[in-house]
Amino acid sequence: MADVHTTDRPQVVFPPTPFSGGTSHGLRRAKDRLATVLVWLAFLIALLPLASLLYTVVSKGLPAFSTQFFTYSMRNVVGDGGGVYHAIIGTVLVTAIAAIISVPIGLLTAIYLVEYGSGQLARWITLLVDVMTGIPSIVAGLFAYALFALLFGEGVRMGLMGSVALSVLMIPIVVRSCEEMLKLVPNELREAAWALGVPRWRTIVWVVLPTALAGIVTGITLAIARIVGETAPLLITCGITDSVNFNPFSDRITTLPVFAFSAYATPSFPIEASQEKAWGAALILMILVMALNLVARLISHWFAPRTK
Amino acid sequence: MARSIDVSDLNIYYGDFLAVEDVSILIPARSVTALIGPSGCGKSTFLRSLNRMHEVVPGAYVDGKIMIDGQDLYGADVDPVAVRRSIGMVFQRPNPFPTMSIYDNVMAGMKLNSKRMKKPDADSMVERSLRGANLWDEVKDRLHKPGSSLSGGQQQRLCISRAIAIEPQVLLMDEPCSALDPISTGAIEDLIHELKDRYTIVIVTHNMQQAARVSDMTGFFNLSGVGQPGRLIEAGPTKKMFTNPEEKATEAYVSGRFG
Repeated sequence: MADVHTTDRPQVVFPPTPFSGGTSHGLRRAKDRLATVLVWLAFLIALLPLASLLYTVVSKGLPAFSTQFFTYSMRNVVGDGGGVYHAIIGTVLVTAIAAIISVPIGLLTAIYLVEYGSGQLARWITLLVDVMTGIPSIVAGLFAYALFALLFGEGVRMGLMGSVALSVLMIPIVVRSCEEMLKLVPNELREAAWALGVPRWRTIVWVVLPTALAGIVTGITLAIARIVGETAPLLITCGITDSVNFNPFSDRITTLPVFAFSAYATPSFPIEASQEKAWGAALILMILVMALNLVARLISHWFAPRTK
Repeated sequence: MARSIDVSDLNIYYGDFLAVEDVSILIPARSVTALIGPSGCGKSTFLRSLNRMHEVVPGAYVDGKIMIDGQDLYGADVDPVAVRRSIGMVFQRPNPFPTMSIYDNVMAGMKLNSKRMKKPDADSMVERSLRGANLWDEVKDRLHKPGSSLSGGQQQRLCISRAIAIEPQVLLMDEPCSALDPISTGAIEDLIHELKDRYTIVIVTHNMQQAARVSDMTGFFNLSGVGQPGRLIEAGPTKKMFTNPEEKATEAYVSGRFG
């Protein structure tokens, strides 16, 4: 039983407020200006490399663009001419398969961590995901190569192997972003569904995921943008070829970053033509990433829960 | 199909922590029972144990008995998901599903459980439930607008229609008006009066006038100190609880001398 108190509250007296600032006012304003200037300066400095990079890639890559550049491979090309059609196909195939592998694994892991996970197992998974985030990409490539060498023998090259290497890099990103998005779904919505007698899994599928959909899709798109430019692991796993390869399950397959690398590192004659194509490939890659970012924004706009 | 609830010697735990101790109360069918008391005294915890929502918190459990018309709510063969289908709940903050329209929110209990309904049946159920929550006239022209486009009071009534659409036997309300203005509160109190003909209603409230206005029975919870379990101090007819309670603490609380 609680004790009952009947307190007489003391009268509160507020001190008079001085509105005239005096010198401290002017000093505060000066500090405010200084901070504003510093923040803007930092922003401009951060922007400088980005602007320079954009300018360089566009100015050097744009001259390479032509119908031939987008529709020809490098097969049997001697000297000038040829294109990056094979590398575009390779990038699309390898990245798409990596996404097909990573998205279900990553999303399901995130669902486990947010909706079910508690205790030892969830802590271990979180730790392992953190560790995975830090894996150098070349190590992911070596891992995929070692795995496929065991299965198919030494010297194997195929698109799928590259996708596996990219998945190692992509899964932790997908887990992290999906986890954040699922955590944003208010618990009240889950409780509302449970209180209607909806089982947990249905609540997840029909309430939690739709509510978080915009964020999840955005996160996945940004994860794809993050891995589409990977080079090192694909050098080991996919190799390089001048021909178009539509089959990710056998033989070498060229992707845009690997093409750009090899066109620059081991150019054919004339060197200028090779280098121009490398810049062109880099520009395509940047356009791809930018397009993916735009798509992510549009998706989050379309799928976001509406209020009107 | 209202039911009475008979609670005896109920202890409610969060892990090792005993949150509510030794509650025994008989909640009669087709009536409104209000639970009052200071914050943290276990009213909401007790309410959530009545539809087994308490145990969604990891480590939470109860011991003691809750009988609903002679059926043990915590019996070994009782499925908590099935319990929640027959005991509806309305929460403190209105929580319509943001991805669903007004219509789909009312249908949520059916849709989320994949119960198929013919379109005319569904339409009439939505209308019946919205009329039941006094919301029909305000939303009948925009049933396919998102539920979150409504005002707070309308959203709360939408949540009530969602809860009564699955035709529960008992309706639990956890401070349903605490986020609402007086006019919306009045609308919901009127609604509670109408609903008690069909449902057994248990309402947690911080507003003693509200308890006095809407309830037939009142239970007063209190706790003797921070970290101590909450207890049901006294329960009885509302009129008696507010005019001539047995316990001194009840009198002090309802007369506003503490809390």
